[in-house]
Parts: sequence; structure tokens; C-alpha cells
Amino acid sequence: MKRIKTLETRDLNKSLANGCGECQTSCGVANQKCENSNKH
Amino acid sequence: MVHQFKMNGFNIVLDVYSGAVHSVDDLAYDIIALFESTSEDEIVSRMLEKYRDDKAVNEEEIRECISDVEELKAQGKLFTEDNCSEKTMDFKKRNTEIKALCLHVAHTCNLNCEYCFASQGKYKGDRALMSFEVGKQAIDFLIKNSGKRVNLEVDFFGGEPLMNWDVVKQIVAYARSIEKKHSKNFRFTLTTNGVLLDDEVMEFANREMNNVVLSLDGRKEVHDSLRKNYAGEGSYDIIVPKFQKFVESRGDREYYIRGTFTHNNIDFTNDIFHMADLGFTKLSMEPVVCSPSDPYALTEADLPELKRQYEILAEEMLKRQKEGRGITFYHYMIDLQHGPCIYKRIAGCGSGTEYLAVTPWGELFPCHQFVGDPKYSMGNVWDGVTNTAIRDEFKLCNVYAREKCRDCWARLYCSGGCAANAYHATGHITGVYEYGCELFRKRMECAIMMKVAESEMELT
Repeated sequence: MKRIKTLETRDLNKSLANGCGECQTSCGVANQKCENSNKH
Repeated sequence: MVHQFKMNGFNIVLDVYSGAVHSVDDLAYDIIALFESTSEDEIVSRMLEKYRDDKAVNEEEIRECISDVEELKAQGKLFTEDNCSEKTMDFKKRNTEIKALCLHVAHTCNLNCEYCFASQGKYKGDRALMSFEVGKQAIDFLIKNSGKRVNLEVDFFGGEPLMNWDVVKQIVAYARSIEKKHSKNFRFTLTTNGVLLDDEVMEFANREMNNVVLSLDGRKEVHDSLRKNYAGEGSYDIIVPKFQKFVESRGDREYYIRGTFTHNNIDFTNDIFHMADLGFTKLSMEPVVCSPSDPYALTEADLPELKRQYEILAEEMLKRQKEGRGITFYHYMIDLQHGPCIYKRIAGCGSGTEYLAVTPWGELFPCHQFVGDPKYSMGNVWDGVTNTAIRDEFKLCNVYAREKCRDCWARLYCSGGCAANAYHATGHITGVYEYGCELFRKRMECAIMMKVAESEMELT
């Protein structure tokens, strides 16, 4: 697509299916890293 | 839902519910803005009119771009629907296994900062220090209530935790002595004003603390105007050399310098750059949250300049990154590829459910910013959570609980915002602290713009 460049992002809709809860608490969620995003 | 914005020469499109981010040219930007509400022929007509002086834009180009947008929509990367409404998740049944405690090891402080949300560390109560017995019981309570979770966090907080340092070390030693037996991994953090930092504290913290938060507000005159000791003297000259030594000694270990900006320094990027000049590269600078009547309270009139400052910061950070002297700013450290799952984004910080604060005498509160408010006392580390009504209230405190958030594009980045800020601003934990929202949205736009810019830098 010559006029649209899409960055590589985690698909949030797919993450609906696969909530492990091992991420850190957050006092910003956006800054979180998910240690299991590759597995999920 | 799609959010479009222009910044720093980029046209950016965020697909809210999939999390997809697109960098587009002017024509695609305009087509996406019309796509859901306008027929293809009408889009073609409008674009031909708008770009009539641009020889690179003709009907074929426009239809090809529309086709690309349709393809992205089919791929679930544009105009995706909200698949996680309340019907999908029953928040009442949310897990309440606890994975983090904020231990208030000292309700006392050696500084007298005017804007302190904790009322100079005493949380509107009496001076108090946590005993090892209370700390030990808190660790046992956390392990017992953490279910199958492996990673457990304990923050040493205050007041000033270094005023009860021996107990901090005892609690760490106790937790380390039992973590393997329970198949747990403790991650400790320390928040300090730095006054009592010495070689022994640094050595222990470098060995045991996964992260340290160091309070510094930037330029000397800014810092010293509000962060004074009880004799009225500023603390900048005392703490800066200690922080520099501490940060250098930490090597690759995590730290960050955490500042607060107020109405007195709405040019806060100058404070961030000053801290960078001091050698600190991991930085955070937060807007003060206080009563509107306080002389240093941020005002509505400050908002345009604050937003401009966030853009200045993002652009300067990109420049420094190119020059090989990059700094990080906590709110700009979003991870598009390995960020949190949708459950985390909806549920938010976990206060009152998976994260609790413990007072020096073992009382439980939803988080450190509720400590001292008797309405939010939840129980204690011996009997556990006895006020389950509070826990249930926080279980339901999520992004879907806030009607005002329904049309906000940033809702899956802030998760509905800080419950404590909402409570203090509106009287309800599910309220909306609008001023904070304005700043949050600008920060997220800046953070996403930086990701787009970085992706372009990788190509060049």
C-alpha cells in the first residue's frame, strides 16, 4: 500500500481469546509490557 | 472507532479496538475520515476537487486508496468494532488474587513538600513506622492471597521509606527466604526523596530492588520552591549528587527520576532537559494533583501550553535519539508489539482488587492514594479483606463503568484513568478527572507519533 504504512502492533482483538495476569501493576496501563505476548 | 491526528509532519490513524497504527499520506488521511459516512463515488468527487492542483492524484489513485482502506478494514485493522463490551466479560466475577502490595513502611518524612498528597507523609494521621512483624504478616498475606501468580510486587513507600530502612531490609530478607518454597518471584521497588541515601542503602538497593523511584522536580529553583525540609531549606543540593552516584552505581538496573510539575513551571520540559543534563536518562514528570485553591494548582488556562510542552518533549526526544543521547519519558514508553492484552487494558491498574496498600499498622486500603480515608478501609493483613463491598466497588471500576469514556479513543490506553484522581475530583471512583484526560490524550498522541517516527527512522 503506497499511501498507507501500517506499523506492527499486537492485535487487541486476538488477545481477547488468549489475561494471564503476570504483568506488573500499573499506576499507566499503556506503558505495560506483556511478558507473554509472544505466547498469546 | 478510529482516531486521526496530525503531529510533527505525520498523518496518524489509530484503530482503537484492534490497536493498529497507520502512518498515511494526505489523500489517505482524508479518505479514511470520510470512509464510513460517505459513498465511494462521493469520496472520489470530493478528493478530485480538493486535490485538483495535485497531478499525482487522479480518479484511479483515489479508488486504489479506497480499495486499500477496504482491505485494511477486512483485515481487522481499521474501523474494527468493540468486541469486549460488558456482555463479554462479567467484571463482578473478576479475579481478586492479589499480586502487589504497597507497604507504607513510614508515615513520616524528612521533607515538607507543599504539594504532597500524603500530607507530608503522615496521611492526615499520626507519625508511624511499620514494624517487622506487620511487614512479615503482609508478605504472608500476599503469598496466601496470590493464587497461582508467580510474580509478586512489593513497593516500599511512605512518607520516606528510608526513615525505616532496617525494617525494609528485614522484610526483603524474609520474603527472599520463603519465595522459592512458595514458587514465587518477588520484585521490590523503592520510592525515595534521597535525603538519607548513603553507600549502604545504594548497595542493598542495587542488589535487591528491581526498580527505584527518585523524586526530583528539575531545575534547582523549581525543586527547592516546593521540596523543602522542615527548616524551610530546599533539598536540591543535598539529593542531586546522591542521585547521580546512585544512578551510576545501578548500571543496567531500572530506575527513574520522578518529578512533579505545577502551575509554577508549566514550561516543564526545561526541567526534564535539565535533569537529562545532570546525567539522568530515565525520566518521568507528572502534573500536580491538588485542590484548585492551592496556589500551585494547574489551571484551565495552562492546558494549551502544557499540551505544547508535551509535543516539544516528543520532538526533542526524537532529535536526541538520532544524536545518540536519547532519554526516556515514562508516558512515552508504549510498546505497540508487546503491550498489554485487552483484559489488562479494560481492568486498569488493579487497585482495590489485585493491588492494595498496607499502612504501618497493617490496615488495607485500595491504593496508596486512598490511605487515610476511613471510608476506604478494607481490612487488615491478619484478617484479610473484610470490607468486601469496597472490593466489589473496585471490581466494577473499569473503562466500561464510565459513561463519559464511551466515545474516547484513548480508553484502552488509560483504562478509564486513575480511580483516586477521579474520586478526589468528582467524589466517585468511577468519575472522570477531565483535566487529567486532556493531558493523557495528548501524551498518548505524542507517544504514538514517536513510534511512527521511529519506524520511519528505521527505514532511512
